[in-house]
Amino acid sequence: MSEAETVLDPVSDLGADPFLVLSGIEVEFPGVKALRGVELGVARGSVHGLMGENGAGKSTLLKVLSGVNIPKAGTITVDGRVQSFRGTADALEAGIAIIYQELHLVPGLSAAENLMLGQLPRRMGLIDRKALKARALSVLRDLGESIDPSTPVGRLSIGQRQMVEIGKALLRDARIIAFDEPTSSLSSREVDNLKRIVRRLRDEGRAIIYVTHRMAEVFEMCDAVTVFRDGARVAHHADIGRITQDQLVTEMVGRAIEDIYGYHPRPLGEVLARIDGITGPGLSAPASFTVRAGEIVGFFGLVGAGRTELMRLLCGTERATGGSVTLRGRSLRMGSPRRAIEAGIAMCPEDRKREGIFPIASVNDNINISVRRRYATLGLVDFAREAANAARAIRDLNIRTASGATEIRTLSGGNQQKAILGRWLSEEISLFVLDEPTRGIDVGARAQIYKILYALAEKGVGVIVVSSDLSEVSSICDRVLVMADGRLTADLSRDEITPERLLGHALPQ
Amino acid sequence: MQPVTVSHPPANAPAAQDSRGGRLQSTIRRAIQQSGIVLVFLLLLLLLAALVPDFTSRGNVTGLLLSVTLTGTIASSMMLVLALGEVDLSIASIVAFAGVVGSVAANTLGAPLGILCGILAGGAIGLFNGVVVAWFGINSLIATLATMEAVRGLAYIASGGDAVPIMAPAFFGLSSASFLGLTTPVWIMFLSFVVLGFVLNRTVFGRDVLAIGGNVEAARLAGIPVTRLRIGVFALQGLLAGLAGVLLTSRMGLGDPKTSIGLELAVISACVLGGVSLSGGIATISGVVVGVLIMGCVQDAMGLLNVPAFYQYLVRGGILLLAVMFDRWKTGRKAATLR
Repeated sequence: MSEAETVLDPVSDLGADPFLVLSGIEVEFPGVKALRGVELGVARGSVHGLMGENGAGKSTLLKVLSGVNIPKAGTITVDGRVQSFRGTADALEAGIAIIYQELHLVPGLSAAENLMLGQLPRRMGLIDRKALKARALSVLRDLGESIDPSTPVGRLSIGQRQMVEIGKALLRDARIIAFDEPTSSLSSREVDNLKRIVRRLRDEGRAIIYVTHRMAEVFEMCDAVTVFRDGARVAHHADIGRITQDQLVTEMVGRAIEDIYGYHPRPLGEVLARIDGITGPGLSAPASFTVRAGEIVGFFGLVGAGRTELMRLLCGTERATGGSVTLRGRSLRMGSPRRAIEAGIAMCPEDRKREGIFPIASVNDNINISVRRRYATLGLVDFAREAANAARAIRDLNIRTASGATEIRTLSGGNQQKAILGRWLSEEISLFVLDEPTRGIDVGARAQIYKILYALAEKGVGVIVVSSDLSEVSSICDRVLVMADGRLTADLSRDEITPERLLGHALPQ
Repeated sequence: MQPVTVSHPPANAPAAQDSRGGRLQSTIRRAIQQSGIVLVFLLLLLLLAALVPDFTSRGNVTGLLLSVTLTGTIASSMMLVLALGEVDLSIASIVAFAGVVGSVAANTLGAPLGILCGILAGGAIGLFNGVVVAWFGINSLIATLATMEAVRGLAYIASGGDAVPIMAPAFFGLSSASFLGLTTPVWIMFLSFVVLGFVLNRTVFGRDVLAIGGNVEAARLAGIPVTRLRIGVFALQGLLAGLAGVLLTSRMGLGDPKTSIGLELAVISACVLGGVSLSGGIATISGVVVGVLIMGCVQDAMGLLNVPAFYQYLVRGGILLLAVMFDRWKTGRKAATLR
């Protein structure tokens, strides 16, 4: 590991007065070690930045702080007292508040009610409307907001909602406040206001944790910074003034990756799919690119860069407002997944549970759900042919299941993903779109999924892999397109791909 | 397409390990889960045969079967609506409307055309429901609540406010004709069980309906024509309710706009009793048949035992609640074994 690893004791890192200390925190999810022995110390009156790629463990760490994830090992110490959180109430009690990227407010209730949710002022068993309004007004004024406390939160702007969330933390007198990508969906005026508030909270002596992807923001806002990778702390800098942006990027990207990828170059065919000036929801500029037969094209970017949205347009899940898709020289009528499948474009969605599998249906049903239509005669299901098809998929793709009749929700994520791949391998697919195909999947199953992708490409299928995993896109793809803020920002051939370049093009300016 | 194969890692035993004992256990568990309600029904049947005088007499059995035809016929298509993850509250109004249309049309155009008009009237309402739900994306509970009111109104308008007596004798003949000792409505109920059971289990249509109920987003991405299927299922439900309405009219001898109030709840109850999930994706025809019969048997037995009408409500409500709690217990255990 890197040289920054040498300083591991959080207390000595911080000098005097470490208000919040995390030590040796371990969190495990089924099949994944999400945090491995994480150390973190945050001082009173300072802003502490957390950086790392998607999936590095920042969000998991915040959930440990909020009492959602209960660590398997390690201690949390607040103001010298060791805490053991059994739930979110304990974390609130300890004075910790998290401002998540997705705000947790009730849209139908007023700003005042949201501010005091769970501790509404009461008088003789009824809500004390006067006290409610007065206290809400004073908190909002304190934050420099001129919101009418009786406005339903659903009618406030994102920035205003965030202020309500911060107000909630202040009303509970939180001494530790963590912000998760707080500026990601704010206008520039709202960003300035937020920064002002964060500085004020710091000056009041609170301990602030600040998670962000934006380099400029880290250097502007933070006093100290900790870098995460693969669930571990890889670097800590007590004084941000002594490092450079390049240094941080290198630390985030990290060391050489062990080769689970097994990439071999293969000959590429003609241009298979041509996407020309496609526009639609989630894109800020028309997108054009091509995919050649047998090519694996990666799409890299940060969460919210517009990659999933682009793929949804391509696969007909969302209706494009302009542009065209040409597949094997034929122009496509876009706008429904069914048409896309018939033309030969299939999608493995990012959110497997919500959009991929039929959880209560059997593995067989999940594999045959699409090809069923072609196998059937006169609308009657051909069970024999389906069983043979499923058996072949289970064997060829090495899907681990007790039998084809097992409900798919009992399988591991990797095997569910393989079943969805099996679904499309039964169809005549010429362009395969996979959105985060290995998210939440363990290393062994990942290697198998890569092999399936190579095998597909070797048969002349075009493969698009959307991924936020730097090492994945740089290792398995022939070419990587980078997106940021809803537009394509780079088109890198395999020998041009470096993690630094990818990240450089992916970070919003 | 050529097969795509992944080389197997050599040691791959763990998947097979939990087979024998685990599989037997899970087979038994699944058997109980799937046939649980059938078991309950058989026990109930034995109990009633032993304790209720005349319960097994020929007259009572045919009467019982006839009494569940309305619920049973409609429950078989309601099964598809629920499997889709939707609900249809308008069926009772469709029954009344189709009956009135049928008798009015029969009195002017003759019995065969009248019968056809009645059934098609039901189908038209069902189609309308489907379009509102599938195209306009209106929650089916609300959409069919609206048609329930509106179509009841149509029934009153079409009849002029009063029941319309049937003139054509052929119309009466529809329901009184019998074969092997059972009348047409009973045979049609049997037929609808068999046909819709077949549709649910054996056709692409039926499996797609279950898939939509199981996960509508995944179904759409898998290329299932979600909109078309939704419309189709509601239209089918309308046709069957129309048919049931025409048969009822034939039995009663008049098209009554006030008939069958509350039928939708009896039909949904029977389906839920039979293990059909209200959130969609799970349905069996055997469950529905048993659900219909349980409701019918209990009702019949209470009649034979002279249970006062007011208490019959209590018993029916109690049975439904117990059935749903039984179901909840089953799925609760299922979810627990997952974690």
